[in-house]
Amino acid sequence: MSFGQLPYDVAHLLAGAVLLLSFVLLYQRRIGAVISAFATQGTLLALAAAWQGHIQGAPGLYVTALLAFVAKGVLIPIALHAIVRRLDLHRTVETALGIGPSLVAGVALVALSILVVLPATEGARALAREDLAIALSVVLLGMLMMITRRNALSQVIGLLSLENGLILAAVGVAGMPLVVELSTAALVLMVAVVAGVFAFQIRERFDTLDTRSLEEHRGEGR
Amino acid sequence: MLTMLALLAGALLALAAAAPLLARSAAGSRALQAGTAGAGLLMLAGGVGGLIGAPATLTLPFGPPWGPARLALDPLSAWFLLPVGVATLSAGLFALGGVHGPEAPRRLAPWPVFLAGMLVTLLAADGFTLLLGFEAMSLASWALVAHDHAQAENRRAARLYLGFAGMGGLALALALGLSGGAGGALDFAALRAAPPEGLRAAAILALVLAGAGSKAGLAPLHVWLPLAHPAAPSHVSAVMSGAMTKVALYVVARFVFDLMGPAQPVWMGAPLIALGAASAVIGALRANLEEDGKTLLACSTIENVGLIAIGLGLALAFRGADLPALAAVAAAAALLHALNHAAFKSLLFLAAGEVLHGAGSRRLDRLGGLIHRMPVTAWAALVAVGAAAALPPLSGFASEWLLLQALLAAWRVGDLAFQIGAAAATALAALATALAAAAMVRFWGLVFLGRPRTPRAAGAEETGGAARAALLVPAALTIAFGLLPGPLLDLAEPALRLIAGAPAPRSGLLLVGAAEGGARYWPILVALLLAGATALVLWQVRRRAPAGVARGPAWDCGFIAPPSHLPFGDPATQPSAAGFGQPLRRMLGTSLLAAREQVTMPAPGDPRAARIEAGFHDPALAALEGPLPRWRDAVAAQAERLRDLSIRQCLGLSFGAVVLMLALLAWMEAR
Repeated sequence: MSFGQLPYDVAHLLAGAVLLLSFVLLYQRRIGAVISAFATQGTLLALAAAWQGHIQGAPGLYVTALLAFVAKGVLIPIALHAIVRRLDLHRTVETALGIGPSLVAGVALVALSILVVLPATEGARALAREDLAIALSVVLLGMLMMITRRNALSQVIGLLSLENGLILAAVGVAGMPLVVELSTAALVLMVAVVAGVFAFQIRERFDTLDTRSLEEHRGEGR
Repeated sequence: MLTMLALLAGALLALAAAAPLLARSAAGSRALQAGTAGAGLLMLAGGVGGLIGAPATLTLPFGPPWGPARLALDPLSAWFLLPVGVATLSAGLFALGGVHGPEAPRRLAPWPVFLAGMLVTLLAADGFTLLLGFEAMSLASWALVAHDHAQAENRRAARLYLGFAGMGGLALALALGLSGGAGGALDFAALRAAPPEGLRAAAILALVLAGAGSKAGLAPLHVWLPLAHPAAPSHVSAVMSGAMTKVALYVVARFVFDLMGPAQPVWMGAPLIALGAASAVIGALRANLEEDGKTLLACSTIENVGLIAIGLGLALAFRGADLPALAAVAAAAALLHALNHAAFKSLLFLAAGEVLHGAGSRRLDRLGGLIHRMPVTAWAALVAVGAAAALPPLSGFASEWLLLQALLAAWRVGDLAFQIGAAAATALAALATALAAAAMVRFWGLVFLGRPRTPRAAGAEETGGAARAALLVPAALTIAFGLLPGPLLDLAEPALRLIAGAPAPRSGLLLVGAAEGGARYWPILVALLLAGATALVLWQVRRRAPAGVARGPAWDCGFIAPPSHLPFGDPATQPSAAGFGQPLRRMLGTSLLAAREQVTMPAPGDPRAARIEAGFHDPALAALEGPLPRWRDAVAAQAERLRDLSIRQCLGLSFGAVVLMLALLAWMEAR
């Protein structure tokens, strides 16, 4: 299976689309659009997992796909939209790093992950290699999003998108046990829940979701 | 023989494990101390056996995860077993005599571990085992230094010692890492097969000198020694000074003569000679100024370690210059002095311990006149003091004479800079020897001669039994080593061949010769000559003295008779420790030890007494305690700022670390 064959091309297309959505997340300024982009990324991830299940002949991956679609594509975005409505947030997101520099940094991170993964996985299947490179890029872009956004909600979305990258890596490798994916997903879901609770608390106390406000209230040093 | 020694190390560890139980009763403590004394005897036997027999290796059935631990007994380690054995035997006997009831386990348990650590270091045949033994030795001795932690100065000494021990272990680990053989193998055979060259050899030498040299007490890393050695119990001080410094020197010798290969250039010896000369002078000078008996002895240890280091450095330089016969002379001086120093310094520390026990003080200003109350201790200490002052025919003279012969022959190395440096080292070594003699006269005179300076000293009591034997055994050995250096050198022949690649200097039962046709020393002839001269003087004095000797009161140096409330005389009419050291403090101390002297005169009409304040401090310690803690605090303050980072900055820090690692990975893959 290599370039020019349908299974490879579709898998590549879906993974590439997930990566593209990571960039969309990085440059969106409006919180509603960020959540929609995240929902799209979750749906595309579910499609990628289902396609991998099809070409690897692994029915377990269909479960992953279903879970990813329900959680990432539907439930979490709905919950996030609800939070935005209930808290009546500003619709624009303040960024710590400008959009242009963060996109340049994102491209550099993709180049870095390709440089790291491709020589390290020599001998593996071409699909798995490129899949890993893309997954690593998605992970790094998620981290980049977490540190370039000031808004707690965007930081949570960055974390969830990082987890999307992990699942993408997991489904791309044949023979990865389902339990690993499930536990990773459950872990990140728990983190997201905790982060949501915190977001509510921060909002209640400080009347903003900007994490800068937390720094003024630390118990020591200032 | 090697199997016996390995089992001995295991037995010592078992003894340490049983120590908490044994410490509950006097009999148990006695059994433990008797066991350590026996261990000393076995080490002596093992050393002699190793020198006579063929080298042996032993692969233990356990070890680190990557391979078995290896032990070996070759002539070099066998020779260094002798000083360790002598010191351990005497110290074990002394401790046996000092048991009067249940002991604190804290004081008893680390003691066998300390001995086992030294034994393992000497027997190790791979880097890991060497480090293991070295660190066990360091940590166990630290626990013993810290045993009396109620006093602030002991806590400070222990803290400083622990810092130096950690630094030394780190430096040795780095040295081993740098000299790793093919594929990172650490066994000595692999290290020998890949000798370092050029810059790498210099780096290894520097690290070994920092690691093992600091443990031996080479300047400028000697500052912990005068603090830590006196803080330990006396028998432990004896072993720390007599044996542990020798084990550290063994590690230096093992690296520079064996593991770094035979083809090292002349300059490799220069750092050892320079540091040795500096240590010798600083140590001897401080010994003249210290007012605490055990601290004085510890400073004298620095001086002797310096002399041994000069010998090792000269041997290295001579070997590099392809002068194997001279290298053998220098190495013989170093090895002989290591053994002699172990015997007489253990004896001196044990005598100081006996004085501390009997007269209740280590301070020279609180002792005096003890020769009447503690005659055995006094005469045994006199033997050791004579050896430390390098008086013939005692043991110190033979080895220091050989060392001077080697130094005087240093012109035969062709390099002009080396010749000038060796001439300077000769002058410094001679100065150090003279200063050491002065220090020893001061020590013995203030402690044992004159009148008691305190009532406690006047009522001193001597213990008998094993403690007395502990003084007599090393005294007898010091005399024997002094009279028979020839047979000792014959015994050391295999070790000298290993170091210098040449046979030992010309020697026999009666004489030691530096070289063919060179100067010779007949110790027994000298002893007979001295004995004859002494007998002649005694006979003359007796012949001319009137019959019937009357004992008069001690002359009071012209002072008026002391008042009745000072039954032991006015202390001010006897020289004090500070007064005895004053000429040397004024002459050399101001430049070398930052000695100061300040007279405070009260204004005319003020009835207060005038005060004179004098003191000194070691510049090395000031340098160490000045900038180093400042740097540490600055680094800590910088690290403290990390705590004030915001969430995003914390995330950014880990993100940056991940990206950096990935970039490093990509770069390494690209190469």
